[in-house]
Amino acid sequence: MTWVGQRVARKEDLPLVTGTGMYVSDIDLPGTLEVAFVRSPHAHARITHIDTAEARAAEGVVAVFTGPDIRGRVRPMVLDQEAAPPGLETAEPEIHPATIEILADGEVRHVGQAVAAVVAGSRYHAEDAAELVRVGYDELPAAVDPEAQNNPIVFDNVPHNVQARYRIRAGDADAAFASAPHRLSMTVRSQRVTAAPMETRGVLASTVGEETNVWSSTQIPWWVRNAIAGSLGIPQRLVRVQIPHMGGGFGLKVNVYPEEVLVTFISRVLKRPVRWVEDRVEHLIASGHARDQLHHVEAAFEADGRISAVRDRFVLDSGVACPYPLSSAYNVASHFRSMYAIPNFAIDGECVLTHKMFNLPYRGAGRPEAAFVMDRVMNAVAQALDLDPADVIRRNLIPDEAQPWSMRMPYRDGHEVVYDARGFPAAFERLLELIGYQEHRRAGKPNRGIGFGSYVEGTGVGPFESGQLQLDSEGRVVVYSGCAPHGQGLETTMSQVVADAFGITPEAVVFKAGDTALMPFGAGTFASRSAVTAGAAAIEASNRLLRRIKAIAGEIMEMAPEDLEVAEGMVRARGVPTRGVTLKDVFRASSPGPGARLPDGFGAGTIETFYWVPPTVTWGFGVVGAVVEVDRETGVVKLEKLVMLHDCGRVINPLIVEGQVEGGLMQGVGATLYEHVVYDAAGQPRATTFLDYLLPTSAEVPEIVQESLEGPPSERNPLGVKGVGESGPIAPPAAIANAIVDALRPLRVQLNELPLSPPVVLAAIELARA
Amino acid sequence: MNEVEVTLQVNGEQRSARCEPRVTLADFLRGPLGLTGTHLGCEHGVCGACTVLIDGASARSCLTLAVQAAGHEVTTIEGLGTPENPHPLMRAFSEMHGLQCGFCTPGFIVSAYEYLRDNPRPDREAMRRDLSGNICRCTGYVKIFAAVERAAELMSG
Repeated sequence: MTWVGQRVARKEDLPLVTGTGMYVSDIDLPGTLEVAFVRSPHAHARITHIDTAEARAAEGVVAVFTGPDIRGRVRPMVLDQEAAPPGLETAEPEIHPATIEILADGEVRHVGQAVAAVVAGSRYHAEDAAELVRVGYDELPAAVDPEAQNNPIVFDNVPHNVQARYRIRAGDADAAFASAPHRLSMTVRSQRVTAAPMETRGVLASTVGEETNVWSSTQIPWWVRNAIAGSLGIPQRLVRVQIPHMGGGFGLKVNVYPEEVLVTFISRVLKRPVRWVEDRVEHLIASGHARDQLHHVEAAFEADGRISAVRDRFVLDSGVACPYPLSSAYNVASHFRSMYAIPNFAIDGECVLTHKMFNLPYRGAGRPEAAFVMDRVMNAVAQALDLDPADVIRRNLIPDEAQPWSMRMPYRDGHEVVYDARGFPAAFERLLELIGYQEHRRAGKPNRGIGFGSYVEGTGVGPFESGQLQLDSEGRVVVYSGCAPHGQGLETTMSQVVADAFGITPEAVVFKAGDTALMPFGAGTFASRSAVTAGAAAIEASNRLLRRIKAIAGEIMEMAPEDLEVAEGMVRARGVPTRGVTLKDVFRASSPGPGARLPDGFGAGTIETFYWVPPTVTWGFGVVGAVVEVDRETGVVKLEKLVMLHDCGRVINPLIVEGQVEGGLMQGVGATLYEHVVYDAAGQPRATTFLDYLLPTSAEVPEIVQESLEGPPSERNPLGVKGVGESGPIAPPAAIANAIVDALRPLRVQLNELPLSPPVVLAAIELARA
Repeated sequence: MNEVEVTLQVNGEQRSARCEPRVTLADFLRGPLGLTGTHLGCEHGVCGACTVLIDGASARSCLTLAVQAAGHEVTTIEGLGTPENPHPLMRAFSEMHGLQCGFCTPGFIVSAYEYLRDNPRPDREAMRRDLSGNICRCTGYVKIFAAVERAAELMSG
């Protein structure tokens, strides 16, 4: 039996269900000071003066820091982690680094930007004193609409506010348009949303001597360490970043934030433990937002609904920065055509700066935005031709005989987009069957509609991931991973993988992650990459450790390593299970000194490290169907059912995959029907509590049906897996919008703007009636 | 600001500590009493992560002042079970994968405890409504429903 493939409950749960977990805000270091921030109330203003005297004198206050106070000691972060790799030249990328200031110095650029930090013995006192900091502002005109003419420049190093741009030309779209019998054009908007993990951000820093320990709720501990060291101008070895338990991330915590740098700085200045835990209002205005793309799209198509060309021009509203212009924006291009054989494609994307909070790659990262445009276009083609939308999808799906399909454009890693997946038509037919589409077309209830969405997902992206395996003194196998999980169940899945390699149970594997002191290099958990990349690194490190263990055991047993096998905590002679040594024996024999029993040329120790670099991404795909009922008088949509079929290659743990899909789908539902980070025309955020920013609750959950397609194992990694974490939220917006369009027949409504709130749906109905 | 002495029953034990009158019950539990299983997700009464029982009824400890709870009986996640002796709900949440990041989980388990106490035979429709005061961003709720149903089985069997 292998553990991979088993539906086993998670190892990591016991502390979490009993309330004995340890999140950043739970860590109790004696003498910890708490920080409260003074934040900008303006979208764009010049700071005329800051008076901190009263705050400094307030009860409990230890220190106050402003931009001028840290000038020259803490540098702004200039993030260029997504410079274009070789292979991307045809996209003509133009990328300027994103600047993220630690504290505003002279000018504020979005509501919520940190202006001053107040440090006190308790958060209550820090917040009291923060209200006593007097800041004078001269308000300036703000860039709010990225498409507006004559916007003020946000950063001088970014001409015309265009922080990044690229263009893709695959085939000859213009020629296809010139000869096409039918064309349509639409404007499609994915609104600004936020990931809203249930744990906000938080950071605790404690300095002993020259070294600072930083506990942060982050998805990328090594990058946080590097950025802190860079900003403070100190060697990386003086900063150790660890992730305690972490209450979700979804991409929002895949950036280095000013607070992580500043709290570390303050701890180093005061030589005290210093903590800041974000409150939810801060979270909604000062943690990264996402999506916020406006697409102007055109399609050229035949009378039978086959699309011959798509042209798209879009703007991503970056806010003050788009730290991942390839993930957030270029992913749009590489995933745009989804499962469809559209030969001619032209896309121009721009990341434009405005005076809003910055824009990060939230779960799906460009794919939900692209999928919403593509499958709305597919639906509009059917509407224009009076065809069944399912038939139009069928006619456009890439047939199996055309796989491996090339999109004739590079992925963001510079390699050509070539799908290593098949079975698109079969998956779609199975969806129709599961959702009862034929019956619905024949005798559907009035106001009830079914709609479809699709996606492909490049998963397991680099740049690399680390795996380190160690046999410890108790004979246990310890896995150190560069991927730092925060809900994904990686402790369990990696233990399953390593358990198979060593012939032990997952319980006997120890998993450790999220600590920059464990290994010199690591990337992190994001972009549907952990099972693929951390799994591959763990497999290769396992193979190396097994070779080492067998060599040492062979020395003890005076046998050739190839005659040995490792199982059940023992190294045994093949075919003679009574003859063997324990893994504890091997550990002792590997220890340096006179007791060592090492083969010639072997160094001491039982530790092996491997850094896995993926050849390119591996492609998952899936289809989603939605069933809705619409009230034509109020515009209220009741989502009755979601059906999703997905291919994520070899499944390590079906229970965990199901959980990822269900949770992802519900995030997709939220972004489709409820969630919206609203800014008004002056750049003021209007959704600053969970009473305004509406997350789906248990009352909004539809019936969810999912099937794993059990496609062939991926050949692009040793485990045969594909990522699944981001798959859920990609297709629901299109599926639900298309279902509403279907429910409202014979009205020919267009729903091209999210969220599909009752007023939006009602306006679409009224427009169609007019 | 002046501090006051607050005494209350927490998880069956009498506990006292000094705090400012404005301190929330959540901060009082997490700070002076060291009960960090009660989490703070929004601090404005929407997300339910901070749910505790006050005299047996679920309450938002972020919207309750510690002084308001003085003299009352408060039950937190730590009072329902321990790692050595987890409550059936705790076992069921793990068994059915009713949690991912775990941050909302203590509040959810406290709400589900109240729900099952009052409805030993859970009904999916009623549960959807009765548990809608707790937000989970990870699971999509489906496996939480399954966990509550599984806990009902464990508790009745």
